[in-house]
Amino acid sequence: MIVADRKPLEEIQEMIAPYDNIMLVGCKGCVTVCNVGGLKEVQILASTLRIARKKEGRPIQIQERVIERQCDPEYVEQLRDTCDQFDAVLSMACGVGPQFLSAAYPNQRFFPTVNTTFMGGATQHGVWEERCAGCGNCITHWFDGMCPIARCSKSLQHGPCGGSNHGKCEVSKDIECVWDLIVRKKIEQGRLDDLRKYWAAKDWRTARDGGPRKSVREELVK
Amino acid sequence: MSDNGFKSGSNLEKVLKAGHFAFTGECGPPKGANLKHLNEKMSPLRGVVDAINVTDNQTAVVRMSSKAASALMVQAGLEPNFQMVCRDRNRIAMQSDILGAYALGIRNMLCLSGDHQKFGNHPEAKNVYDLDSMQLIALVKQMRDEGKFLNGEDIDEPPRMFIGAASNPFAEPTDFRVYRLANKIDAGADFIQTQCIYNMPRFREFMKRAVDMGLAERAYILAGVTPMKSAGMAKYMAKFVPGMDVPAELIKRLEGAGKGKMAEEGIKFAIEQIEEFKEMEGVAGVHFMAIEWEHKVPEIAERAGMLPRPKVD
Ligand code: SF4
Ligand code: SF4
Repeated sequence: MIVADRKPLEEIQEMIAPYDNIMLVGCKGCVTVCNVGGLKEVQILASTLRIARKKEGRPIQIQERVIERQCDPEYVEQLRDTCDQFDAVLSMACGVGPQFLSAAYPNQRFFPTVNTTFMGGATQHGVWEERCAGCGNCITHWFDGMCPIARCSKSLQHGPCGGSNHGKCEVSKDIECVWDLIVRKKIEQGRLDDLRKYWAAKDWRTARDGGPRKSVREELVK
Repeated sequence: MSDNGFKSGSNLEKVLKAGHFAFTGECGPPKGANLKHLNEKMSPLRGVVDAINVTDNQTAVVRMSSKAASALMVQAGLEPNFQMVCRDRNRIAMQSDILGAYALGIRNMLCLSGDHQKFGNHPEAKNVYDLDSMQLIALVKQMRDEGKFLNGEDIDEPPRMFIGAASNPFAEPTDFRVYRLANKIDAGADFIQTQCIYNMPRFREFMKRAVDMGLAERAYILAGVTPMKSAGMAKYMAKFVPGMDVPAELIKRLEGAGKGKMAEEGIKFAIEQIEEFKEMEGVAGVHFMAIEWEHKVPEIAERAGMLPRPKVD
């Protein structure tokens, strides 16, 4: 799923400083799962902003909404009746949300309240880690189910580099060296020979380097 | 081929091919366009080493480009070993720089992953890593031996480089390091320069495995030596430099030398190492990295019996 972090409160306060009547829209997709932009987070952020503005002597009206998915025009449509009534709209979805909202409601102003960080999952309660960089040509099977493109700080296809240190990446002791994990697993499972292979330079056209991407599924296109 | 069977015909290649025990040095280009500074660093190495590694924005700190500094060395009649890291250039810039380096008279090249930019003075930078060091080695070889760019197009006058790669025998996971060395040699490395060595027993073991795997016959392996200036430096390296194995006995030995005498003790240890490397099976030379101590190299080379350097035509 897509993982995000809430923006600092001050940044959001600054965004909405000129406005007195806004809507805050959450999303029931990934950001609900990673506890950053679902119903609960919408409620918390809205009341925090209200209290802060009240203290300043400039109370603000905030309408709370949560829709199924902000990355789907069908659900975005559900805001049709109300959207343009507000001075501004804050989105609590990943970076896709404000863009789908902007496209559907060109007269409204939308602000992101979260920073979209990566594609990954929860490795323990409250901890999410990056797993995929969306390179467009998955090669995790070469590396026993681990992705060095997303998880090695240098995206090495032939690791580990000399900086690998007690299983940690040279960049930070908070980052596991995925190459250490790959090598250990290969050795444990007697597949060291796999690591004697040479992998040709990756074709990055399928990744973001080839420009923004589009998936067209002919059978679904009406 | 005009070079009588040489791959690049560099001095380093000739020295190694003739069976001499090679001695290479290292020089970090200045943090500025200061030519005088570069000259001060490289001139003590004249006649003392067979080639001088020119670091490529080492530790991700911006410095004069390694290609430019290497070309300046060529102009000054010294032989550079042009380092290239994968951090800052994509395959387009890499190939272009390889052609440019060759046109400027550069004949040795060391292919490295490079330290992550997080360590340097522009941690905000985007990292490239279009290719990794293995793929860079293979690319330089393809350009030289097949005369083709990575995309298969013909090169008009291929760059003929003597291809180097690095190896860190002590980095983790250590069991894999000799295989990674083998991979680099398979990819096309002609010579290897190791990370600086302090743990001699462990290095002996590593070399034994490399020799048993036939690697020393397929590439020239140069053992890395950096003299310790003090016990403090040794402790710092032991603690903070990943993949650095500094035995406690060495730290003790330096401390035992007492204040004001540690640097000399560090040099003595380095000389002992060089003496042992000369005899060690599979070791074809020493890569001597005297960090900010270039002016000491002639004296150490002399004492280690590395002078005069052989002249091979
Ligand atoms: S190989 Fe590519 S698609 Fe597969 S997990 Fe890694 S980045 Fe994602
Ligand atoms: S330490 Fe490991 S994860 Fe970090 S850059 Fe090197 S190989 Fe990649």
